[in-house]
Amino acid sequence: MAKATFRIWRGDANAAQFVDYETEVAEGMVVLDAIHRIQADQANDMAVRWNCKAGKCGSCSAEVNGNPKLMCMARLNDLPLDEPVTVEPMRAFPLIKDLVTDVSWNFKVKEKMKPFAPRPPDAEDGTWRMEQEDIDHIQEFRKCIECFLCQDVCHVLREHDLHEEFIGPRFFVYAASLEMHPIDTENRLEELKDSDGIGYCNITKCCTKVCPEHITITDNAIIPLKERVVDEFYDPIKKLFRVFS
Amino acid sequence: MTHPELTLTERRPFQTRRRDTWWVQPLAVFTGLGIFILYATFRVFEGAHFLHGPYLSPFYSPLLFGPKEVAHSLEHSWFGAMPDWMPALITPAVLILWAPLGFRFTCYYYRGAYYKAFWADPPSCSVSEPRNNYRGEHSFPLIIQNIHRYFLYVALIIVCILAYDVWKALWFDDGNGGTTFGIGLGTLILAGNVVFLGGYTFGCHSLRHLVGGTVGLLSKAPVRRQAYNCVSCLNRRHMLWAWMSLCWVGFSDLYVRIVATTGFEDWITF
Repeated sequence: MAKATFRIWRGDANAAQFVDYETEVAEGMVVLDAIHRIQADQANDMAVRWNCKAGKCGSCSAEVNGNPKLMCMARLNDLPLDEPVTVEPMRAFPLIKDLVTDVSWNFKVKEKMKPFAPRPPDAEDGTWRMEQEDIDHIQEFRKCIECFLCQDVCHVLREHDLHEEFIGPRFFVYAASLEMHPIDTENRLEELKDSDGIGYCNITKCCTKVCPEHITITDNAIIPLKERVVDEFYDPIKKLFRVFS
Repeated sequence: MTHPELTLTERRPFQTRRRDTWWVQPLAVFTGLGIFILYATFRVFEGAHFLHGPYLSPFYSPLLFGPKEVAHSLEHSWFGAMPDWMPALITPAVLILWAPLGFRFTCYYYRGAYYKAFWADPPSCSVSEPRNNYRGEHSFPLIIQNIHRYFLYVALIIVCILAYDVWKALWFDDGNGGTTFGIGLGTLILAGNVVFLGGYTFGCHSLRHLVGGTVGLLSKAPVRRQAYNCVSCLNRRHMLWAWMSLCWVGFSDLYVRIVATTGFEDWITF
């Protein structure tokens, strides 16, 4: 059986460093398999968050050779194994231990956002009527598994730590799924412009590139929201039109 | 074996643990845009060799004023000769090229590309930046990028004008003071320019928003739904259209300059 070296980030917020582990690898293995094997054989105290091993729970987010990925979907035969494979935690969030970060900031952001506000029901039984084509363009946003890889790769959070002023791509996708919903009645544009900081996004599309669910985050969520914000706050002709209409 | 290194929050410029050639794409963008900017600047201020027979360089279309020293330019100009009071630095291209260049400069695709390639903001995904402060498009000056839709309106008109230029490029001098129909290599090049610029302009994110982005119920607006779907279709390949149109518009201008200056015989079928 072939062997490969994994250079894994070990430690907590006070002191941490990379540690090399050599382990056996076989065809079909993913990075999470190797981490589990190392955890079982060599490092019983290594902290790693995981759940489904199928790319659907979003728990095992990490950076493999510098690229934000789900460890359970990062196949070893796609990586060069003649040199150590680096595995480190997400950089945009505080480190708890080893490969586990504290992502609770994301849930606090979500709590602050205006929730879904549907119009009154269309039928007496309390249900609504929608055309499939009106809901089609927001279906992809519902694929989000909240792995927060898009938040991790976004340089506004990762490099500039603007967590207080910018909600990140994940929550622009969430906002888009509500704003574009055919029966939602809430207006979130002022928050998107001010407290959510959509203007900080400079459209580098890194979030789209790392999304394991292949959601077209930038083109289908962030840019349409930016355009709505322009409609509301930066387009003088639209403003004039609103005054006289 | 242990490797004491930087903590996760300490960063050096361009630091990354990526092993792939992440620098290739920003370098290619830097080179491609850099060459275009240098060439376009030279051609804009050259102020000559933009006409040959029925061919008008897209850098100089619409030709608002024709320079007197350029033969036949008055036949193509909209408002006659260039006024004498106009400074020499103001060529016909300077008067119009701000619009397509502004459209590209504020384009959502190009913004993301040149922020990486020219400002290293960031250099590439998960690669550290060479500066600490960041304002993005949240405040001045980059908040001005929100003007993009106004450049779009002008760009849509310019695509129509360039299409009319292709029509004019089908009519050649017959030697008896009249014109005769023909298709030259230049005609095909100018037609290709309209196709590529059209694919780029009609796939614009702002146009997509304009035609259907604000409609809550597209099922109730069939015409706008169709338009939205068409723009979305082009928008999915916006980067490809952006580069093809950029290269082709430069090539179209170069072709007109070559036939106007070198005596290169344009292939024409009558």
